[in-house]
Amino acid sequence: MDKMRRMGKRVETGMGALFFLCGVLTILFVALITVFLLASGIPAIQKIGLFDFLLGSVWASTAAEPSYGILPFLLTSVYGTFGAILAGTPIGLLCAVFLAKMAPEKAGTAVRGAVDLLAGIPSVVYGLVGMIVVVPFVRDAFGLPDGANLLSAIVVLAVMILPSVISVSETVLRAVPKEYEEASLALGATWTETVFGVVVPAAKSGIATAVILGVGRAVGEAMAVMMVSGNVANMPKLFGSVRFLTTAVASEMSYSSGLQRQVLFSIALVLFLFILAVNLILNLIVRRGERNE
Amino acid sequence: MNETISAARRAKVFLLNALMYLAAGLVCLLLVGIIGYLLFRGVPYITWELVSTKPSLLRGTVGILPNILNTAYLILATLAVVLPLGVGAATYLNEYAKNERLVRVIGLATETLAGIPSIIYGLVGMLAFVQFCNLGTSLLAGALTLAVMTLPTVIRTTEESLKTVPQSYREGSLGLGAGKWHMIRTVVLPCAIDGIVTGCILSIGRVAGESAALLFTAGMANEMMNLLEAVQPGNAGSTLTIALYMYAKERGQFDVAFAIAVILLALTFLVNLAAKAAAGKLKKKRG
Repeated sequence: MDKMRRMGKRVETGMGALFFLCGVLTILFVALITVFLLASGIPAIQKIGLFDFLLGSVWASTAAEPSYGILPFLLTSVYGTFGAILAGTPIGLLCAVFLAKMAPEKAGTAVRGAVDLLAGIPSVVYGLVGMIVVVPFVRDAFGLPDGANLLSAIVVLAVMILPSVISVSETVLRAVPKEYEEASLALGATWTETVFGVVVPAAKSGIATAVILGVGRAVGEAMAVMMVSGNVANMPKLFGSVRFLTTAVASEMSYSSGLQRQVLFSIALVLFLFILAVNLILNLIVRRGERNE
Repeated sequence: MNETISAARRAKVFLLNALMYLAAGLVCLLLVGIIGYLLFRGVPYITWELVSTKPSLLRGTVGILPNILNTAYLILATLAVVLPLGVGAATYLNEYAKNERLVRVIGLATETLAGIPSIIYGLVGMLAFVQFCNLGTSLLAGALTLAVMTLPTVIRTTEESLKTVPQSYREGSLGLGAGKWHMIRTVVLPCAIDGIVTGCILSIGRVAGESAALLFTAGMANEMMNLLEAVQPGNAGSTLTIALYMYAKERGQFDVAFAIAVILLALTFLVNLAAKAAAGKLKKKRG
């Protein structure tokens, strides 16, 4: 009996330790990812110099005298993301308001189902449709020699961020207290005026969360963008072939070596820091929202 | 009721309503358009030969059976790794953890993991598993990478479900003399099975649709493998998504790409249905 109890105790301690290990695993992973990226990304930045690396406007990694400026990628990522947010947020927000406050039950279920499905479609499939539909359309509509450019990437990205913007916005719109609506209605505002004049402003910080989530998604997207953006390291032009931070990493990785390869890790490091900053802002907003409640 | 408000207000209300319906309509139209177009372009090329053979240069035929199998292996291997870890982490957070600050840090880390783009997972997976652990470009390295990537999903859904297990169950079990681990194994986890299943389904969707994280970890080979070969280090294999990318971008064989896209779409649809069913169950339990 005593022996059994001791055995049981040992199992208990062992399992407790095991669960603890699983628990801190995410911390460990984040730390490891950071360490790996720092260790492989910093050497190249040291060699090139931070200034030339971040603000150099010429990327010529395979030239006889290589130049490793990533400003074209940085700006393309910023412009591309900004464009996608600009195009996607109004549509997403309007759709979310419709779902949260207006939709008859059946229509709501249908639209919500559509949003869920859109969220599940793999990014290569978006890329394929973009390549075959959006790129030729952009080419013909604007009379360009090639439609694989920043605009096509923005269109595809805008569609891809819609689901996250819609579902997060819908959730926060639903969380706005009923009393706000009732007060507004009692003062004589119509239902639509109430929704747009009271409910949407009240859900402001939550909607910001949704937008920033969209930013994170757009900044990090690689495959779909690679298939529609043309993938040439130009400074960003709406109708020019461009390369994003993500696609810069992906497109040269398979054949690179030496300093060129190291630089790709540095680009990944920049992208990682970018995403961390986005996450940080997200957290600050969420925490501020919680405090206000 | 609209009789009592001014024409300007009425116009504004009308405009906003119209815009809202337009946006919702656009979203539906997008989905219908994408699905319709994919079906139209892809379905004619889904033939028995395509899904039941491997590509042959000699005969000049294209087959995607290896890619289908690789996707299945990758899903299985990823789940085998991520399930114990994710469920364990959620159990720790909900049943064991007492230190508030540690729980907050773990939560923050989990969120950070969830926000990292898949291309970075691919890169770090290559550095860590392919090179550092010396697994070579292999399905195994891909599965490990995806396991880290899907960990936040499994943790979150399991934790949600664990929170719905009534405290009295735990007290009953402990009161009857069960140890903590015994209680978790026989009472708590079985009650949280729906959350675990939801986590599984969402992970399957994520793994099946993932591409950027696999490009440099799982490789691009199109050879047939059985499950045992697939989980050995050094055996590369391309999944359906990578195959789609290669056929569309590198070889310009769009018919095959569209056929694969239809298969991926069907998979997405199934995963969605399953996730809805599981979530419905979870809701019922709560309500």
